[in-house]
Amino acid sequence: MNSTLLRVGCAAGFSGDRTDAAGPVVDALIAAGGSAALIFETLAERTLALAQLARRQDPDAGYEPLLQPMLAPVLERCLRHGIRIVSNFGAANPVGAAKCIAAMARELGLPAPRIAVVLGDDVSGPAHAAALQARVGSATAGRSIVSANAYLGAEAIAQALSEGAQIVVTGRVADPSLTLGIAMAHYGWAVDDWDRLARGAMAGHLLECGAQVTGGYYADPGFKVVPGLAALGYPIAEIAADGTCTITKPAGTGGLIDEHTVKEQLLYELHDPTAYLTPDVVADIGEASITAVGTDRVCMAGVRGHARPEELKVNVCFESGWLAEGGISYAGPRAEARARLAAGVLRERLQGCGMLRADLIGVASVFGDDGGRWLAAQPDGDARDVRLRVALRNADRALAERLVRELTALYTCGPAGGGGVRTSIRPTLGTVSCLLPRATVPARVEWIA
Amino acid sequence: MKQIVVPLYRLAHGRTGDKGNRSNISVIAWHERLYPLLVEQVTEARVAQQFAHRRPTRVARYLCPTLHAMNFVLDDVLDGGVNDSLNLDAHGKALAFLLLDMSIRLPPELAPILAGAAMPEPPNSPNFNTTGDTP
Repeated sequence: MNSTLLRVGCAAGFSGDRTDAAGPVVDALIAAGGSAALIFETLAERTLALAQLARRQDPDAGYEPLLQPMLAPVLERCLRHGIRIVSNFGAANPVGAAKCIAAMARELGLPAPRIAVVLGDDVSGPAHAAALQARVGSATAGRSIVSANAYLGAEAIAQALSEGAQIVVTGRVADPSLTLGIAMAHYGWAVDDWDRLARGAMAGHLLECGAQVTGGYYADPGFKVVPGLAALGYPIAEIAADGTCTITKPAGTGGLIDEHTVKEQLLYELHDPTAYLTPDVVADIGEASITAVGTDRVCMAGVRGHARPEELKVNVCFESGWLAEGGISYAGPRAEARARLAAGVLRERLQGCGMLRADLIGVASVFGDDGGRWLAAQPDGDARDVRLRVALRNADRALAERLVRELTALYTCGPAGGGGVRTSIRPTLGTVSCLLPRATVPARVEWIA
Repeated sequence: MKQIVVPLYRLAHGRTGDKGNRSNISVIAWHERLYPLLVEQVTEARVAQQFAHRRPTRVARYLCPTLHAMNFVLDDVLDGGVNDSLNLDAHGKALAFLLLDMSIRLPPELAPILAGAAMPEPPNSPNFNTTGDTP
Protein backbone atom coordinates (compact mmCIF):
# COMPACT_ATOMS: atom_id res chain seq x y z
CA MET A 1 0.00 0.00 0.00
CA ASN A 2 1.15 3.48 -0.87
CA SER A 3 -0.09 7.01 -0.41
CA THR A 4 1.80 8.82 -3.17
CA LEU A 5 -0.18 9.95 -6.22
CA LEU A 6 -0.37 7.27 -8.89
CA ARG A 7 0.09 8.10 -12.58
CA VAL A 8 -0.97 5.62 -15.26
CA GLY A 9 -0.09 6.32 -18.87
CA CYS A 10 -1.61 4.60 -21.88
CA ALA A 11 0.49 3.97 -24.97
CA ALA A 12 -1.88 1.90 -27.13
CA GLY A 13 -5.64 1.74 -27.52
CA PHE A 14 -5.91 -1.14 -29.98
CA SER A 15 -3.88 -3.61 -31.97
CA GLY A 16 -2.59 -1.48 -34.81
CA ASP A 17 -2.20 1.74 -32.85
CA ARG A 18 0.72 4.12 -33.45
CA THR A 19 3.95 2.57 -32.20
CA ASP A 20 5.62 5.91 -31.41
CA ALA A 21 3.05 6.76 -28.73
CA ALA A 22 4.87 5.44 -25.67
CA GLY A 23 8.00 7.61 -25.78
CA PRO A 24 6.46 10.97 -24.81
CA VAL A 25 4.20 9.30 -22.20
CA VAL A 26 7.16 7.64 -20.50
CA ASP A 27 9.17 10.89 -20.65
CA ALA A 28 6.30 12.67 -18.90
CA LEU A 29 5.97 9.95 -16.26
CA ILE A 30 9.70 10.13 -15.52
CA ALA A 31 9.62 13.94 -15.34
CA ALA A 32 6.67 13.85 -12.93
CA GLY A 33 8.49 11.41 -10.63
CA GLY A 34 6.57 9.40 -8.04
CA SER A 35 4.69 6.19 -8.72
CA ALA A 36 3.84 5.38 -12.32
CA ALA A 37 2.77 2.61 -14.64
CA LEU A 38 2.23 2.23 -18.36
CA ILE A 39 -0.53 0.25 -20.07
CA PHE A 40 -0.93 -0.98 -23.63
CA GLU A 41 -4.49 -2.05 -24.48
CA THR A 42 -4.37 -4.07 -27.68
CA LEU A 43 -7.32 -6.48 -27.69
CA ALA A 44 -10.65 -6.10 -29.44
CA GLU A 45 -13.41 -8.67 -29.87
CA ARG A 46 -11.83 -10.37 -32.87
CA THR A 47 -8.16 -9.65 -32.16
CA LEU A 48 -7.89 -12.67 -29.93
CA ALA A 49 -9.36 -15.02 -32.51
CA LEU A 50 -6.89 -13.75 -35.11
CA ALA A 51 -4.10 -14.30 -32.59
CA GLN A 52 -5.33 -17.83 -31.97
CA LEU A 53 -5.21 -18.52 -35.72
CA ALA A 54 -1.66 -17.14 -35.84
CA ARG A 55 -0.65 -19.45 -32.99
CA ARG A 56 -2.00 -22.45 -34.89
CA GLN A 57 0.41 -21.62 -37.68
CA ASP A 58 3.32 -20.96 -35.32
CA PRO A 59 3.25 -22.11 -31.67
CA ASP A 60 5.56 -19.24 -30.70
CA ALA A 61 3.22 -16.61 -32.20
CA GLY A 62 -0.24 -15.55 -31.08
CA TYR A 63 0.65 -12.42 -29.11
CA GLU A 64 0.45 -8.81 -30.29
CA PRO A 65 2.39 -8.65 -33.59
CA LEU A 66 3.53 -5.09 -32.84
CA LEU A 67 4.77 -5.98 -29.35
CA GLN A 68 8.44 -5.32 -30.14
CA PRO A 69 8.01 -2.01 -32.00
CA MET A 70 5.60 -0.80 -29.29
CA LEU A 71 7.78 -1.72 -26.35
CA ALA A 72 11.35 -1.40 -27.62
CA PRO A 73 11.52 2.43 -27.48
CA VAL A 74 10.61 2.53 -23.76
CA LEU A 75 11.46 -0.81 -22.16
CA GLU A 76 14.84 0.26 -20.80
CA ARG A 77 13.58 3.59 -19.42
CA CYS A 78 10.55 1.97 -17.78
CA LEU A 79 12.65 -0.63 -16.03
CA ARG A 80 15.29 1.89 -14.97
CA HIS A 81 12.74 4.33 -13.52
CA GLY A 82 10.44 1.78 -11.87
CA ILE A 83 7.54 2.32 -14.26
CA ARG A 84 5.49 -0.88 -14.21
CA ILE A 85 4.15 -2.14 -17.54
CA VAL A 86 0.74 -3.84 -17.69
CA SER A 87 -0.76 -5.02 -20.94
CA ASN A 88 -3.10 -7.52 -22.53
CA PHE A 89 -0.73 -7.83 -25.49
CA GLY A 90 -0.28 -11.47 -24.54
CA ALA A 91 -3.48 -12.15 -26.54
CA ALA A 92 -3.58 -15.89 -27.31
CA ASN A 93 -0.06 -16.52 -26.01
CA PRO A 94 0.83 -14.49 -22.91
CA VAL A 95 3.74 -16.79 -22.06
CA GLY A 96 5.15 -16.29 -25.57
CA ALA A 97 4.86 -12.52 -25.19
CA ALA A 98 6.58 -12.63 -21.82
CA LYS A 99 9.45 -14.69 -23.24
CA CYS A 100 9.76 -12.21 -26.09
CA ILE A 101 10.04 -9.33 -23.59
CA ALA A 102 12.63 -11.25 -21.56
CA ALA A 103 14.65 -11.71 -24.76
CA MET A 104 14.34 -8.02 -25.59
CA ALA A 105 15.69 -7.14 -22.14
CA ARG A 106 18.62 -9.54 -22.63
CA GLU A 107 19.47 -8.00 -25.99
CA LEU A 108 19.47 -4.55 -24.36
CA GLY A 109 21.86 -5.85 -21.70
CA LEU A 110 19.36 -5.18 -18.92
CA PRO A 111 19.01 -7.20 -15.72
CA ALA A 112 16.26 -9.80 -16.13
CA PRO A 113 12.94 -8.10 -15.31
CA ARG A 114 10.36 -9.77 -13.11
CA ILE A 115 7.63 -10.68 -15.60
CA ALA A 116 4.29 -12.13 -14.52
CA VAL A 117 1.66 -13.59 -16.81
CA VAL A 118 -2.03 -13.77 -15.98
CA LEU A 119 -3.61 -16.97 -17.25
CA GLY A 120 -7.02 -18.58 -17.04
CA ASP A 121 -8.97 -16.56 -19.61
CA ASP A 122 -8.75 -19.26 -22.29
CA VAL A 123 -11.85 -21.45 -21.86
CA SER A 124 -11.59 -23.24 -25.20
CA GLY A 125 -10.37 -26.48 -23.61
CA PRO A 126 -12.28 -29.59 -22.50
CA ALA A 127 -12.84 -28.26 -18.96
CA HIS A 128 -15.40 -25.74 -20.21
CA ALA A 129 -16.67 -27.54 -23.29
CA ALA A 130 -19.91 -28.73 -21.71
CA ALA A 131 -20.70 -25.37 -20.15
CA LEU A 132 -20.15 -23.55 -23.44
CA GLN A 133 -22.09 -26.14 -25.39
CA ALA A 134 -25.05 -25.60 -23.10
CA ARG A 135 -24.91 -21.83 -23.53
CA VAL A 136 -23.91 -21.21 -27.15
CA GLY A 137 -24.05 -24.64 -28.73
CA SER A 138 -26.96 -23.74 -31.01
CA ALA A 139 -25.09 -20.70 -32.38
CA THR A 140 -21.86 -22.59 -33.01
CA ALA A 141 -23.32 -25.89 -34.23
CA GLY A 142 -21.40 -27.13 -37.25
CA ARG A 143 -18.85 -24.33 -36.94
CA SER A 144 -15.18 -24.62 -36.20
CA ILE A 145 -14.47 -22.87 -32.89
CA VAL A 146 -11.39 -20.64 -33.07
CA SER A 147 -11.25 -19.18 -29.58
CA ALA A 148 -13.20 -18.88 -26.35
CA ASN A 149 -12.03 -16.41 -23.74
CA ALA A 150 -13.46 -15.07 -20.52
CA TYR A 151 -13.01 -11.43 -19.58
CA LEU A 152 -10.90 -11.64 -16.44
CA GLY A 153 -10.74 -8.81 -13.93
CA ALA A 154 -8.12 -6.78 -12.10
CA GLU A 155 -7.38 -8.99 -9.10
CA ALA A 156 -4.68 -11.16 -10.65
CA ILE A 157 -2.95 -8.07 -12.05
CA ALA A 158 -2.98 -6.46 -8.61
CA GLN A 159 -1.64 -9.68 -7.09
CA ALA A 160 1.23 -9.87 -9.58
CA LEU A 161 2.20 -6.24 -8.98
CA SER A 162 1.99 -6.66 -5.22
CA GLU A 163 4.33 -9.65 -5.51
CA GLY A 164 6.87 -7.49 -7.31
CA ALA A 165 6.15 -7.81 -11.01
CA GLN A 166 7.78 -5.13 -13.13
CA ILE A 167 5.84 -6.29 -16.17
CA VAL A 168 2.43 -8.00 -16.22
CA VAL A 169 1.32 -9.71 -19.43
CA THR A 170 -2.27 -10.85 -19.80
CA GLY A 171 -4.57 -12.33 -22.36
CA ARG A 172 -8.26 -11.45 -22.30
CA VAL A 173 -8.69 -9.11 -19.38
CA ALA A 174 -11.44 -6.47 -19.42
CA ASP A 175 -9.90 -3.27 -20.75
CA PRO A 176 -10.55 -1.08 -17.67
CA SER A 177 -9.12 -3.80 -15.41
CA LEU A 178 -5.58 -3.09 -16.63
CA THR A 179 -5.64 0.31 -14.93
CA LEU A 180 -7.77 -0.81 -12.00
CA GLY A 181 -5.33 -3.61 -11.17
CA ILE A 182 -2.52 -1.07 -10.96
CA ALA A 183 -4.52 1.21 -8.66
CA MET A 184 -5.65 -1.68 -6.45
CA ALA A 185 -2.05 -2.79 -5.94
CA HIS A 186 -0.80 0.74 -5.35
CA TYR A 187 -3.45 1.88 -2.85
CA GLY A 188 -4.37 -1.51 -1.42
CA TRP A 189 -8.06 -1.12 -2.28
CA ALA A 190 -10.24 -4.00 -1.08
CA VAL A 191 -11.99 -6.13 -3.68
CA ASP A 192 -15.36 -4.95 -2.35
CA ASP A 193 -14.54 -1.25 -2.01
CA TRP A 194 -17.06 -0.62 -4.78
CA ASP A 195 -16.84 3.16 -5.04
CA ARG A 196 -13.05 3.22 -5.33
CA LEU A 197 -13.02 0.24 -7.68
CA ALA A 198 -15.57 1.97 -9.90
CA ARG A 199 -13.47 5.14 -10.01
CA GLY A 200 -10.37 3.17 -10.92
CA ALA A 201 -12.30 1.26 -13.56
CA MET A 202 -13.66 4.45 -15.13
CA ALA A 203 -10.17 5.99 -15.10
CA GLY A 204 -9.17 2.87 -17.01
CA HIS A 205 -12.14 3.31 -19.32
CA LEU A 206 -10.95 6.82 -20.20
CA LEU A 207 -7.43 5.53 -20.88
CA GLU A 208 -8.18 2.29 -22.68
CA CYS A 209 -8.68 3.71 -26.16
CA GLY A 210 -5.48 5.73 -26.09
CA ALA A 211 -5.80 8.92 -28.11
CA GLN A 212 -9.60 8.79 -28.17
CA VAL A 213 -9.58 10.91 -25.00
CA THR A 214 -6.90 13.34 -26.21
CA GLY A 215 -8.48 14.52 -29.45
CA GLY A 216 -8.45 11.41 -31.62
CA TYR A 217 -11.82 10.24 -33.04
CA TYR A 218 -12.96 13.78 -32.18
CA ALA A 219 -11.64 16.38 -34.62
CA ASP A 220 -14.28 17.98 -36.86
CA PRO A 221 -13.05 21.09 -38.69
CA GLY A 222 -14.98 24.23 -37.85
CA PHE A 223 -16.62 22.62 -34.84
CA LYS A 224 -14.09 20.57 -32.93
CA VAL A 225 -10.62 21.89 -33.68
CA VAL A 226 -7.75 19.72 -32.48
CA PRO A 227 -4.19 21.03 -32.76
CA GLY A 228 -1.44 18.64 -33.77
CA LEU A 229 -3.59 15.67 -34.78
CA ALA A 230 -0.57 14.16 -36.55
CA ALA A 231 1.37 14.03 -33.28
CA LEU A 232 -1.30 13.28 -30.69
CA GLY A 233 -0.17 12.92 -27.11
CA TYR A 234 -1.49 9.80 -25.40
CA PRO A 235 -3.25 10.09 -22.06
CA ILE A 236 -2.03 9.95 -18.50
CA ALA A 237 -4.43 9.52 -15.57
CA GLU A 238 -3.43 10.89 -12.19
CA ILE A 239 -5.38 8.67 -9.84
CA ALA A 240 -5.82 9.80 -6.23
CA ALA A 241 -6.22 7.53 -3.21
CA ASP A 242 -10.02 7.94 -3.30
CA GLY A 243 -10.06 7.04 -7.00
CA THR A 244 -10.78 10.54 -8.29
CA CYS A 245 -8.71 11.08 -11.39
CA THR A 246 -7.34 13.82 -13.58
CA ILE A 247 -6.68 13.11 -17.24
CA THR A 248 -3.76 14.88 -18.87
CA LYS A 249 -1.13 14.29 -21.56
CA PRO A 250 2.57 14.90 -22.10
CA ALA A 251 3.63 18.52 -22.56
CA GLY A 252 4.62 19.42 -26.09
CA THR A 253 2.44 16.81 -27.78
CA GLY A 254 -0.50 17.44 -30.09
CA GLY A 255 -4.10 16.87 -29.25
CA LEU A 256 -6.60 18.31 -26.83
CA ILE A 257 -8.09 17.35 -23.49
CA ASP A 258 -11.14 19.32 -22.45
CA GLU A 259 -14.52 18.56 -20.93
CA HIS A 260 -15.88 17.63 -24.33
CA THR A 261 -13.20 15.13 -25.35
CA VAL A 262 -13.48 13.47 -21.94
CA LYS A 263 -17.29 13.30 -21.96
CA GLU A 264 -17.25 11.69 -25.42
CA GLN A 265 -14.86 9.01 -24.27
CA LEU A 266 -16.62 8.53 -20.93
CA LEU A 267 -19.83 7.57 -22.76
CA TYR A 268 -18.03 5.57 -25.47
CA GLU A 269 -19.38 2.00 -25.63
CA LEU A 270 -21.49 2.52 -22.52
CA HIS A 271 -25.09 1.46 -22.37
CA ASP A 272 -26.86 2.28 -19.09
CA PRO A 273 -24.58 4.95 -17.55
CA THR A 274 -25.64 3.88 -14.05
CA ALA A 275 -24.60 0.26 -14.63
CA TYR A 276 -21.38 -0.17 -16.60
CA LEU A 277 -20.53 -3.84 -16.15
CA THR A 278 -16.94 -4.87 -15.58
CA PRO A 279 -15.63 -8.09 -14.00
CA ASP A 280 -14.55 -6.10 -10.94
CA VAL A 281 -17.42 -3.71 -10.23
CA VAL A 282 -20.58 -2.22 -11.71
CA ALA A 283 -19.67 1.42 -12.28
CA ASP A 284 -22.24 4.20 -12.06
CA ILE A 285 -21.58 7.61 -13.66
CA GLY A 286 -25.13 8.83 -13.13
CA GLU A 287 -23.90 11.62 -10.86
CA ALA A 288 -20.33 11.94 -12.12
CA SER A 289 -18.79 15.29 -12.87
CA ILE A 290 -16.27 16.21 -15.56
CA THR A 291 -14.46 19.48 -14.88
CA ALA A 292 -11.60 21.25 -16.66
CA VAL A 293 -8.97 22.14 -14.08
CA GLY A 294 -6.26 23.51 -16.37
CA THR A 295 -4.93 23.37 -19.90
CA ASP A 296 -5.29 19.78 -21.10
CA ARG A 297 -6.29 18.75 -17.58
CA VAL A 298 -9.76 17.41 -16.77
CA CYS A 299 -10.92 15.95 -13.46
CA MET A 300 -13.50 13.15 -13.16
CA ALA A 301 -15.25 12.83 -9.79
CA GLY A 302 -18.47 11.46 -8.34
CA VAL A 303 -18.28 7.99 -9.86
CA ARG A 304 -19.98 5.38 -7.70
CA GLY A 305 -19.80 1.61 -7.64
CA HIS A 306 -22.04 -1.37 -7.02
CA ALA A 307 -21.24 -5.03 -6.34
CA ARG A 308 -19.56 -6.88 -9.19
CA PRO A 309 -21.49 -9.34 -11.38
CA GLU A 310 -21.49 -12.96 -10.28
CA GLU A 311 -20.71 -14.13 -13.81
CA LEU A 312 -17.97 -13.35 -16.29
CA LYS A 313 -18.56 -12.56 -19.95
CA VAL A 314 -17.14 -15.03 -22.46
CA ASN A 315 -16.61 -14.42 -26.17
CA VAL A 316 -16.58 -17.44 -28.47
CA CYS A 317 -15.19 -16.96 -31.98
CA PHE A 318 -15.84 -19.38 -34.84
CA GLU A 319 -15.12 -19.65 -38.54
CA SER A 320 -18.12 -18.26 -40.38
CA GLY A 321 -17.31 -18.35 -44.07
CA TRP A 322 -16.03 -15.87 -46.63
CA LEU A 323 -16.39 -12.17 -47.32
CA ALA A 324 -15.89 -11.02 -50.90
CA GLU A 325 -15.83 -7.35 -51.75
CA GLY A 326 -14.56 -4.95 -54.32
CA GLY A 327 -15.14 -1.77 -56.26
CA ILE A 328 -15.07 -0.05 -59.63
CA SER A 329 -15.00 3.69 -60.35
CA TYR A 330 -16.90 5.93 -62.74
CA ALA A 331 -16.28 9.64 -63.37
CA GLY A 332 -17.56 12.49 -65.49
CA PRO A 333 -20.99 13.00 -67.07
CA ARG A 334 -23.60 10.43 -65.99
CA ALA A 335 -21.08 8.70 -63.70
CA GLU A 336 -23.76 7.97 -61.10
CA ALA A 337 -26.11 6.50 -63.72
CA ARG A 338 -23.33 4.26 -65.01
CA ALA A 339 -22.48 3.10 -61.46
CA ARG A 340 -26.15 2.31 -60.78
CA LEU A 341 -26.33 0.38 -64.03
CA ALA A 342 -23.24 -1.63 -63.03
CA ALA A 343 -24.84 -2.46 -59.66
CA GLY A 344 -27.91 -3.76 -61.47
CA VAL A 345 -25.78 -5.97 -63.72
CA LEU A 346 -24.06 -7.51 -60.69
CA ARG A 347 -27.38 -8.13 -58.94
CA GLU A 348 -28.60 -10.02 -61.99
CA ARG A 349 -25.39 -12.01 -62.42
CA LEU A 350 -24.96 -12.91 -58.74
CA GLN A 351 -28.41 -14.24 -57.91
CA GLY A 352 -28.13 -17.21 -55.58
CA CYS A 353 -24.76 -16.19 -54.16
CA GLY A 354 -26.15 -14.54 -51.02
CA MET A 355 -27.29 -10.99 -50.25
CA LEU A 356 -25.35 -8.51 -52.37
CA ARG A 357 -24.70 -5.12 -50.85
CA ALA A 358 -24.07 -2.22 -53.22
CA ASP A 359 -22.81 1.22 -52.18
CA LEU A 360 -22.34 4.28 -54.34
CA ILE A 361 -19.38 5.92 -52.67
CA GLY A 362 -19.78 9.64 -53.20
CA VAL A 363 -23.58 9.32 -53.23
CA ALA A 364 -24.69 7.01 -50.42
CA SER A 365 -22.66 4.36 -48.64
CA VAL A 366 -21.89 3.90 -44.96
CA PHE A 367 -25.15 5.29 -43.53
CA GLY A 368 -26.96 2.67 -45.58
CA ASP A 369 -28.23 -0.75 -44.54
CA ASP A 370 -27.33 -4.11 -46.02
CA GLY A 371 -30.89 -4.49 -47.30
CA GLY A 372 -30.49 -1.42 -49.54
CA ARG A 373 -33.44 0.56 -48.13
CA TRP A 374 -31.33 3.67 -47.63
CA LEU A 375 -29.84 3.61 -51.12
CA ALA A 376 -33.24 2.98 -52.66
CA ALA A 377 -34.56 6.08 -50.87
CA GLN A 378 -31.90 8.33 -52.39
CA PRO A 379 -33.19 9.90 -55.62
CA ASP A 380 -31.12 9.33 -58.73
CA GLY A 381 -28.62 12.17 -58.93
CA ASP A 382 -25.88 13.31 -61.25
CA ALA A 383 -22.80 12.72 -59.11
CA ARG A 384 -19.75 12.87 -61.36
CA ASP A 385 -17.21 10.87 -59.33
CA VAL A 386 -18.66 7.63 -58.00
CA ARG A 387 -17.19 4.36 -56.84
CA LEU A 388 -19.45 1.33 -56.87
CA ARG A 389 -18.56 -0.87 -53.94
CA VAL A 390 -20.12 -4.31 -53.55
CA ALA A 391 -19.86 -7.03 -50.92
CA LEU A 392 -21.35 -10.42 -50.10
CA ARG A 393 -20.78 -13.25 -47.66
CA ASN A 394 -21.12 -16.94 -48.22
CA ALA A 395 -20.14 -20.02 -46.26
CA ASP A 396 -19.04 -21.51 -49.60
CA ARG A 397 -15.85 -19.95 -50.90
CA ALA A 398 -16.66 -20.79 -54.52
CA LEU A 399 -19.89 -18.79 -54.38
CA ALA A 400 -18.15 -15.85 -52.69
CA GLU A 401 -15.49 -15.87 -55.39
CA ARG A 402 -18.11 -15.30 -58.04
CA LEU A 403 -18.39 -11.70 -56.86
CA VAL A 404 -14.70 -11.21 -57.54
CA ARG A 405 -15.03 -12.62 -61.05
CA GLU A 406 -18.21 -10.77 -61.97
CA LEU A 407 -16.85 -7.46 -60.72
CA THR A 408 -13.65 -7.92 -62.69
CA ALA A 409 -15.62 -8.78 -65.83
CA LEU A 410 -17.22 -5.32 -65.71
CA TYR A 411 -14.02 -3.99 -67.31
CA THR A 412 -15.19 -5.31 -70.68
CA CYS A 413 -18.83 -6.21 -70.07
CA GLY A 414 -20.04 -3.32 -67.89
CA PRO A 415 -20.96 0.32 -68.44
CA ALA A 416 -18.63 2.73 -70.24
CA GLY A 417 -15.52 4.05 -68.60
CA GLY A 418 -15.41 1.73 -65.58
CA GLY A 419 -11.92 1.48 -64.09
CA GLY A 420 -9.88 0.77 -61.02
CA VAL A 421 -11.30 -2.61 -60.10
CA ARG A 422 -9.99 -3.88 -56.78
CA THR A 423 -11.24 -7.08 -55.20
CA SER A 424 -10.58 -9.14 -52.10
CA ILE A 425 -11.81 -12.33 -50.53
CA ARG A 426 -11.04 -13.38 -47.01
CA PRO A 427 -12.21 -15.81 -44.32
CA THR A 428 -14.52 -14.38 -41.69
CA LEU A 429 -15.04 -14.96 -38.00
CA GLY A 430 -18.27 -14.90 -36.08
CA THR A 431 -18.60 -14.28 -32.36
CA VAL A 432 -21.18 -15.18 -29.79
CA SER A 433 -21.16 -14.22 -26.12
CA CYS A 434 -22.33 -15.92 -22.96
CA LEU A 435 -21.77 -15.82 -19.21
CA LEU A 436 -19.94 -18.31 -16.99
CA PRO A 437 -19.98 -18.40 -13.17
CA ARG A 438 -16.80 -16.65 -12.04
CA ALA A 439 -15.82 -19.53 -9.77
CA THR A 440 -15.42 -21.74 -12.84
CA VAL A 441 -12.93 -19.35 -14.46
CA PRO A 442 -10.18 -18.74 -11.90
CA ALA A 443 -7.31 -16.46 -12.90
CA ARG A 444 -3.79 -17.43 -11.97
CA VAL A 445 -0.40 -15.74 -11.99
CA GLU A 446 2.73 -17.43 -13.33
CA TRP A 447 6.26 -16.08 -13.41
CA ILE A 448 8.64 -16.16 -16.34
CA ALA A 449 12.19 -16.99 -15.42
CA MET B 1 -42.29 33.72 -30.54
CA LYS B 2 -40.71 32.80 -33.86
CA GLN B 3 -38.22 30.00 -33.50
CA ILE B 4 -35.20 29.18 -35.62
CA VAL B 5 -34.40 25.70 -36.90
CA VAL B 6 -30.84 24.42 -36.90
CA PRO B 7 -29.16 21.03 -37.19
CA LEU B 8 -28.48 19.24 -33.92
CA TYR B 9 -24.73 19.43 -34.49
CA ARG B 10 -24.94 23.17 -33.75
CA LEU B 11 -26.15 22.30 -30.22
CA ALA B 12 -24.33 19.09 -29.44
CA HIS B 13 -21.57 16.70 -30.36
CA GLY B 14 -21.26 12.97 -29.92
CA ARG B 15 -19.52 9.75 -30.84
CA THR B 16 -20.51 6.23 -31.73
CA GLY B 17 -19.48 3.03 -30.02
CA ASP B 18 -20.47 -0.54 -30.84
CA LYS B 19 -20.85 -3.84 -29.06
CA GLY B 20 -22.04 -6.67 -31.24
CA ASN B 21 -25.19 -5.62 -33.11
CA ARG B 22 -25.83 -2.69 -30.78
CA SER B 23 -24.76 0.89 -31.34
CA ASN B 24 -24.48 3.59 -28.69
CA ILE B 25 -24.36 7.25 -29.62
CA SER B 26 -23.69 10.02 -27.14
CA VAL B 27 -25.23 13.46 -27.55
CA ILE B 28 -23.39 16.06 -25.48
CA ALA B 29 -24.53 19.67 -25.23
CA TRP B 30 -22.04 22.31 -26.25
CA HIS B 31 -23.50 24.54 -23.52
CA GLU B 32 -25.51 23.68 -20.44
CA ARG B 33 -28.29 26.08 -21.51
CA LEU B 34 -28.81 23.95 -24.62
CA TYR B 35 -29.27 20.70 -22.69
CA PRO B 36 -33.00 21.17 -21.92
CA LEU B 37 -33.68 21.52 -25.65
CA LEU B 38 -31.95 18.19 -26.26
CA VAL B 39 -34.03 16.50 -23.57
CA GLU B 40 -37.20 17.99 -25.04
CA GLN B 41 -36.57 17.35 -28.73
CA VAL B 42 -34.02 14.54 -29.18
CA THR B 43 -36.43 11.86 -28.07
CA GLU B 44 -36.34 8.09 -28.45
CA ALA B 45 -39.12 8.34 -31.02
CA ARG B 46 -37.31 10.88 -33.19
CA VAL B 47 -34.04 8.97 -33.05
CA ALA B 48 -35.86 5.76 -33.99
CA GLN B 49 -37.31 7.64 -36.95
CA GLN B 50 -33.89 8.97 -37.99
CA PHE B 51 -32.59 5.38 -38.05
CA ALA B 52 -35.75 3.79 -39.43
CA HIS B 53 -33.92 2.25 -42.41
CA ARG B 54 -31.70 0.37 -39.94
CA ARG B 55 -34.80 -1.21 -38.34
CA PRO B 56 -33.88 -0.75 -34.66
CA THR B 57 -35.70 -3.22 -32.42
CA ARG B 58 -35.31 -0.87 -29.46
CA VAL B 59 -34.08 2.68 -28.90
CA ALA B 60 -33.27 3.63 -25.32
CA ARG B 61 -32.27 7.08 -24.12
CA TYR B 62 -30.32 7.55 -20.90
CA LEU B 63 -30.00 11.03 -19.43
CA CYS B 64 -26.79 12.22 -17.79
CA PRO B 65 -27.80 15.61 -16.41
CA THR B 66 -24.54 16.22 -14.55
CA LEU B 67 -22.72 15.86 -17.88
CA HIS B 68 -25.37 17.74 -19.91
CA ALA B 69 -25.39 14.66 -22.07
CA MET B 70 -27.58 11.80 -23.23
CA ASN B 71 -26.68 8.30 -24.32
CA PHE B 72 -28.69 6.52 -26.98
CA VAL B 73 -28.57 2.74 -27.27
CA LEU B 74 -29.88 1.37 -30.56
CA ASP B 75 -30.41 -2.39 -30.71
CA ASP B 76 -29.91 -4.43 -33.89
CA VAL B 77 -28.97 -1.52 -36.16
CA LEU B 78 -25.60 -2.84 -37.37
CA ASP B 79 -26.74 -5.62 -39.72
CA GLY B 80 -25.26 -8.14 -37.30
CA GLY B 81 -22.29 -6.04 -36.23
CA VAL B 82 -18.65 -6.11 -37.12
CA ASN B 83 -18.61 -9.84 -37.83
CA ASP B 84 -21.66 -10.08 -40.05
CA SER B 85 -22.36 -6.70 -41.63
CA LEU B 86 -21.55 -6.04 -45.27
CA ASN B 87 -21.11 -2.33 -44.55
CA LEU B 88 -17.68 -0.80 -45.23
CA ASP B 89 -18.17 0.81 -41.82
CA ALA B 90 -19.22 -2.37 -40.05
CA HIS B 91 -18.74 -0.73 -36.64
CA GLY B 92 -21.12 2.10 -37.54
CA LYS B 93 -18.49 4.67 -36.57
CA ALA B 94 -20.18 7.26 -38.80
CA LEU B 95 -23.63 6.93 -37.26
CA ALA B 96 -23.25 9.77 -34.73
CA PHE B 97 -23.25 12.12 -37.69
CA LEU B 98 -26.58 10.76 -38.90
CA LEU B 99 -28.08 11.45 -35.50
CA LEU B 100 -26.47 14.91 -35.29
CA ASP B 101 -28.10 15.83 -38.62
CA MET B 102 -31.54 15.98 -36.98
CA SER B 103 -33.11 19.41 -36.78
CA ILE B 104 -33.87 21.32 -33.60
CA ARG B 105 -36.11 24.34 -32.99
CA LEU B 106 -34.90 26.97 -30.59
CA PRO B 107 -35.58 30.55 -29.58
CA PRO B 108 -33.36 32.99 -31.50
CA GLU B 109 -31.77 34.38 -28.34
CA LEU B 110 -29.87 31.10 -27.94
CA ALA B 111 -28.25 31.46 -31.38
CA PRO B 112 -25.07 33.14 -30.05
CA ILE B 113 -24.13 30.06 -28.02
CA LEU B 114 -24.51 27.59 -30.87
CA ALA B 115 -21.39 25.89 -32.17
CA GLY B 116 -20.13 26.85 -35.60
CA ALA B 117 -21.82 30.24 -35.34
CA ALA B 118 -19.37 31.74 -37.79
CA MET B 119 -19.96 28.98 -40.30
CA PRO B 120 -22.10 29.49 -43.38
CA GLU B 121 -25.50 27.83 -43.28
CA PRO B 122 -25.09 24.12 -43.92
CA PRO B 123 -26.32 22.96 -47.31
CA ASN B 124 -29.47 20.92 -47.32
CA SER B 125 -28.78 17.23 -47.48
CA PRO B 126 -31.18 14.36 -47.98
CA ASN B 127 -30.94 13.78 -44.24
CA PHE B 128 -31.67 17.29 -43.11
CA ASN B 129 -34.94 19.08 -43.41
CA THR B 130 -36.90 21.39 -41.20
CA THR B 131 -39.13 18.70 -39.74
CA GLY B 132 -36.39 16.24 -38.95
CA ASP B 133 -38.15 13.50 -40.86
CA THR B 134 -36.02 11.02 -42.70
CA PRO B 135 -36.57 10.68 -46.42
